[in-house]
Amino acid sequence: MTERASEPAAGRGPRSSWPLYEVFVRGKRGLNHVHVGSLHAPDDEMALRNARDLYTRRNEGVSIWVVPAAAITASSPDEKDPFFAPSGDKVYRHPTFYAIPEDVPHL
Amino acid sequence: MELEHEFERVVAADHRVEPRDWMPDGYRRTLIRQIAQHAHSEIIGMQPEGNWISRAPSLRRKAILLAKVQDEAGHGLYLYAAAETLGADREDLTAKLVEGRQKYSSIFNYPTLTFADVGVIGWLVDGAAIVNQVPLCRTSYGPYARAMIRVCKEESFHQRQGYELLLTMMRGTQAQRDMVQRSVDRWWWPSLMMFGPPDTESTNTEQSMKWRIKRHTNDELRQKFVDMTVPQAEKLGVTLPDPDLRWNAERGHHDFGEIDWAEFWQVVGGDGPCNAQRIAHRRKAHEDGAWVREAAAAYAAKKSGEEQVA
Repeated sequence: MTERASEPAAGRGPRSSWPLYEVFVRGKRGLNHVHVGSLHAPDDEMALRNARDLYTRRNEGVSIWVVPAAAITASSPDEKDPFFAPSGDKVYRHPTFYAIPEDVPHL
Repeated sequence: MELEHEFERVVAADHRVEPRDWMPDGYRRTLIRQIAQHAHSEIIGMQPEGNWISRAPSLRRKAILLAKVQDEAGHGLYLYAAAETLGADREDLTAKLVEGRQKYSSIFNYPTLTFADVGVIGWLVDGAAIVNQVPLCRTSYGPYARAMIRVCKEESFHQRQGYELLLTMMRGTQAQRDMVQRSVDRWWWPSLMMFGPPDTESTNTEQSMKWRIKRHTNDELRQKFVDMTVPQAEKLGVTLPDPDLRWNAERGHHDFGEIDWAEFWQVVGGDGPCNAQRIAHRRKAHEDGAWVREAAAAYAAKKSGEEQVA
């Protein structure tokens, strides 16, 4: 993952006229789209074509999403611990929290 | 201080550093330099082989060579994208390349004089690149490691097509076999130089190994490449041009002769057979493509304007 979204545009100086896109590929039917990398393109249509040429030269995918990097909102690493804290202390959400006698079948 | 501690903990635990994590300035600078140099090498590396696309001896060889050169472009783009996650600017990197302010692998400053060179580049040059690159799939910076995994998958095709091309020529006429041998004679030593200066003179290795950007020293990788290549050369029926090359049972490795480091530094310093030509060609391609980039941007701006009106 490149995770540049909602950063100050450090990677985009004045000379980069084409926006940055993040590319997601579905490897085959039944799987999620997965982030594979990024590229620059003048518009959405060209981003899709460039993504095909760059990331699927060997049948790596059956479907591609391209998303302007600027459109992605990401959580901040600085607040990583507090942000995920609500799930950290809820051990009762996991099946292993519950002690069940070993002789109870199918549970 | 706490941030630095966290960074060191991640690296020591063999976890990956990701783009938005805090990292020392030196780590960021070293990575940008290394990834950019790597990306430039892929892009400049298109030229020596591209030289033979129009003169490939058959449609099959032409299609293979086209696919290979297209892969090199792809590898360059994966790597530029990885460099951008560190805050580098794509246009700026290209400018630094054509202005000679950033380097690329010196191997591409040697000319491809015959079609056998296409095979030898695949076998030796891509073979050396693979030895260098496989450990980079576990480098500590996440985007670089992920780019290298993609690159390594594709390089295996490159090396095999080269070796197969050479096997085919070795089954041909005496003139073809001689052509292969002469090509091996020209590329062997420059291929060994691809691993960089000896450990005693490598300025960046120690810190890079500490940061787990690099995982093996230049000399370790060079030895590995020699050991791998010797049996391949025997099978092919060519002689590696080094009278001192022999198996050392005590070390469990091949000994080999002294590399001409004066030549290495001369080519790195800009005075190789093709340095000026490679940069001039890259600059011209970039400048000749300017109108395409501008037209595409203008079309995109016009279309988005129309959408907003409608």
